[in-house]
Parts: sequence; C-alpha cells; structure tokens
Amino acid sequence: MKVDWSTFWPRIVESTGETILMVIMTLIFGSILGITIGLLLFVTRTGNILENKIVFTLLNILINIIRPIPFIIFLVAISPLTRAVVGTTIGTWAAIFPMTIAASFGIARVVENNLVSIDSGVIEAAKAMGASPLRIIFTVLIPEALGPLILGLTFVTVSLIDFSAMAGTVGGGGLGHVAMTYGYQRFDGSVMLVTVIILIVLVQIAQWIGNTLSRKIMRR
Amino acid sequence: MIEFRNISKTFKIGNREVNAVNNVSLSIEQGEIFGIIGFSGAGKSTLLRLVNLLENPTSGEIHVKGVNIGSLSQKEVRKLRSGIGMIFQNFNLFGSRTVAGNIAYPLKLAGVPKKEINERVNELLSFVGLTDKAKDFPEQLSGGQKQRVGIARALATSPDILICDEATSALDPDTTGEILRLLKKVNKELGITILLITHEMHVIQEICDRVAVMENGEVIESDSVFNVFTNPTHLTTQRFIQSVQQDRPSATLLEEWRKKGGKHLYRVIFKGEIASDPVLSRVTRKFDVDVNIVYGSVRELQEKLYGNLLVSFVGQEENISSVLSELKQDVTVEEVKVNEG
Repeated sequence: MKVDWSTFWPRIVESTGETILMVIMTLIFGSILGITIGLLLFVTRTGNILENKIVFTLLNILINIIRPIPFIIFLVAISPLTRAVVGTTIGTWAAIFPMTIAASFGIARVVENNLVSIDSGVIEAAKAMGASPLRIIFTVLIPEALGPLILGLTFVTVSLIDFSAMAGTVGGGGLGHVAMTYGYQRFDGSVMLVTVIILIVLVQIAQWIGNTLSRKIMRR
Repeated sequence: MIEFRNISKTFKIGNREVNAVNNVSLSIEQGEIFGIIGFSGAGKSTLLRLVNLLENPTSGEIHVKGVNIGSLSQKEVRKLRSGIGMIFQNFNLFGSRTVAGNIAYPLKLAGVPKKEINERVNELLSFVGLTDKAKDFPEQLSGGQKQRVGIARALATSPDILICDEATSALDPDTTGEILRLLKKVNKELGITILLITHEMHVIQEICDRVAVMENGEVIESDSVFNVFTNPTHLTTQRFIQSVQQDRPSATLLEEWRKKGGKHLYRVIFKGEIASDPVLSRVTRKFDVDVNIVYGSVRELQEKLYGNLLVSFVGQEENISSVLSELKQDVTVEEVKVNEG
C-alpha cells in the first residue's frame, strides 16, 4: 500500500511539532524537578553543607528504584497516576507526565555527579566567607557546575527524543506514533526513513545547542 | 585576639577515634604573625579550621576578639567568618567567576552596594598588584597570581584576622617569597593579625613573630621565632630548624677533618648583640690559643643576629679549658661529638 504524500507531509510536520513539544516540556519540568532532587541529594551527603542521612538515603533509594525500569514499561505502569494527574493517558500531554517523572530521576543523577566533581575546597572557601547553605547552592554549586551540567542535560535531551518515540507507540503522538503506524504496522519503509532522518536531525540540533552553550560557559 | 583554651578535637572514622588536636592552649596577640608548624597529620590544619568554626571543637573554648565562639548562633557564626579572612593551599578560587568577581563575592555576601563593591575591588586589585587581571578567569593565572587573588578576596570585607592554610605550599620558591612579602605587607600596612600553618620552616623564619610546633595533635614548643631557632628544646623542632639551616658539615667532611688530627669540636652560638662583639678573638688571644672555624654561619633572624659556628682550638690543654670557661660567660658553647654523623 502506497502512502499519499500530499496528506502525509502535514502529518509529519504536526508530529515533529508534537515530538519537539514533548521533549521541550519534559526538559523544562524534568530539569526543575531533577535539579532540585540532584541538589538535595548532593547537599545531604555525609560531610556536606546540609548533611542529612535520612533524606539522602530515601532519595537515593527512590532514584535507584525508578531509573532501572525500562521506560516503555514505566510508561504503562504509571498510567493510573497519569490519568489522575493529566485526566487522560492518550495524547502529547499524557506522554509528557511519565516522561517528566522518568527524566527527573535521570537528571537528578547527572546533577549529583556534576556537583560531586566540584572541588570541595571551593565550597569550604565560600563557607569560610560566611555564605549560608542556600547561598552556596545558588552562588557556588550551580555556577561552578553549569558547564558540565549543560552537557549532561544535552545527553538527557537526546534520550528524551528516544523516550518520546516510545511514548508515541502507546498513544502519545509525535514522530514515534507516525513511524509505528505507517512504518511498522503498514510496512512502509519510506515513512520509516523520513521519520528516522527527522529524528537524527533533531538529535544533531540538540547536541549542537548543548555543545555551544556549554562551550560558552566553560570558555573553551 | 585568638585564644585556644584546652582545645581538643576528635574525629570518628568508622569505629576508630582520632585525636587530631589534643589539649592545645595558645594565645595569638593582636598585630602579630603567628605560625604553627608541623609535619602533615600533626593537627595544625584542624586547629586552624577551629578558628572560624569550619570544624567544631570536641572540648575546650576558643575566644576570638574576646568572644567565646562556642556559644554563637548560626547567623553569628557567619558574621564571625566574614570577619576572618582565609586563604588556602590550593587557592580555592571560583572558576566560574572572574578575578574581580572572586574578590567581589564576599562583599556581595555582606550586602555591600554595587558601587562600593566596584571601588573596593579596584582598591584590592591594586593592593595585590593585579589591576590588569580584573577580567581574567582564575584558570588564566599563574599560581602566585591565584594566591594574590585569594588574598585580595580574603581581605575584601576588611577582616582583623587572616588565617592561612599552607598558603605557599603549592608555590615555587620565588613565588613563595613574593606571597610572603605580600602577607608581611598585609600585616604591617593593614595591621591584620595573621595566623598561618605550614610545614616549611623558612616560612616561619621569614615572616613570623612567634611560632608553635605541633606534633601528634599537641603543641610541643611555643615561643618567639628567635628563641625557638636559637634554643630549640624538642627534637622535632631541631629537625625543622635543620631543614633551613644546616648546622653541621656532612659526615664525610667531618671524618676527613678527624683523620687530619682534629679532636675536639665545639659549637659556639652567638645570639643578638654578642654576635657583633669580637668575643672569640678576644678570649683566644688572652689565653694564647688559636681558633679554627670549621663550619658555620651568621644570619639574621627577626632583625637580630644569630651565629652558629663549629670551631676547634689549638693550644695548651689547660689554656683551652680556660678559653672554654670564659667563653661560656658570654655565649653558648658545647662540644660536638664528631662521630655523631
């Protein structure tokens, strides 16, 4: 069966828009949540500025529970929660919710890893100057880790494009949905090829933006 | 200015307890440069961090500017810290901020208006001689320049006390001298009391007024630098002093000297005014004894002369005894055993 390209192109444009929306929204919400969790995880570590064993252990366990679950299973598993929050489990916004949850925990680890690599002497210096823990978080930890953090977020963005394709297969819309319905269920290789090319281009753009930004911040 | 009263600090590492600082009492006076020297692990770094409560003492009291800092609230602790500048071995500059941004940071913390911050930063930059580097980032600077930024940053809030954690240990000898001169200038021109820790005796020798020697968490010796250098009582102290002034020739040289018929070798120590008095020449001439200087040095310590000579005497046995007893009235004389190596 041949695809009618005149009706198909608008469909592709619309789906690309959905994919971009899913990725950007997830990135925004996931970053807010993930950076918060990552910072909490870092500052509550033993010997750190807001050392708290209980908070650290709970967060650590939570991350370790959520992260290993394959996204496509996670997507289905939390669908009751998705319905309660978004009102539906179908469509772009219904995909953004599970993507955000999954992404935040990934981002939390990325943030934590980047913060750990900050020289502890710099934190000590800020402390010695009389900075409060909150001040240290916003004026030392975040600025010092920003360059690598952006590279980490870029890495996450690329995997979000991957997530969005998976979300598409279970009713999330976007390029993934197109690729599955036309390419997989109707065996049309040319559609598959088009979506794959668009996905590759999206990844390239995301990586380029990330590299440029981080280079600007790290001045190299 | 800073007073440690029976301070101890114990760390728990697993099930093991480590006494980093053990019952230390020290008093650092206003306007002086006080050095604490010790090998690594002696507890000096922990002691230093107790002054601004980066570490809390396990027992004892610390008084800073007359206030017992153990009773301060968190907010008061932050205030205390902004009144004590601190510099570090690894500089600990903010890599994400420019030189000017680093110096401005403590001022921003203190809520100083922007215009005043700019003026103060320029003032500090010229004080440390880095006016042309204001817009550079720390990674573009040399070690000495980084420490200058560290010093400017520590002085930003006009503290009365500067504490230095091995501030020159990561620097080459030339740069070390440069930084030490700057610290001296900080002390002399701004009247800031400096407490520094180091494992390098020449740092103590060059800028400190008083020194405490630490070992295994305890202060084993504490006095003016001159007294410690000229009359070290503890073995560790003697080792530190020997690291900056070799006070005996090598074993090979001594052996050679002995083979040539040398027998008795005496160490003659001149301190202060007596170093400029020809006492050795006067006394030996009186008893018709010749003096042979085998080894030694005369140096300046805290603007006083200090001579340390190894000599042998040639002449009649009883005359030499008379020389020795008469010399002992004015200077320190002790026999050196040659085979000590």
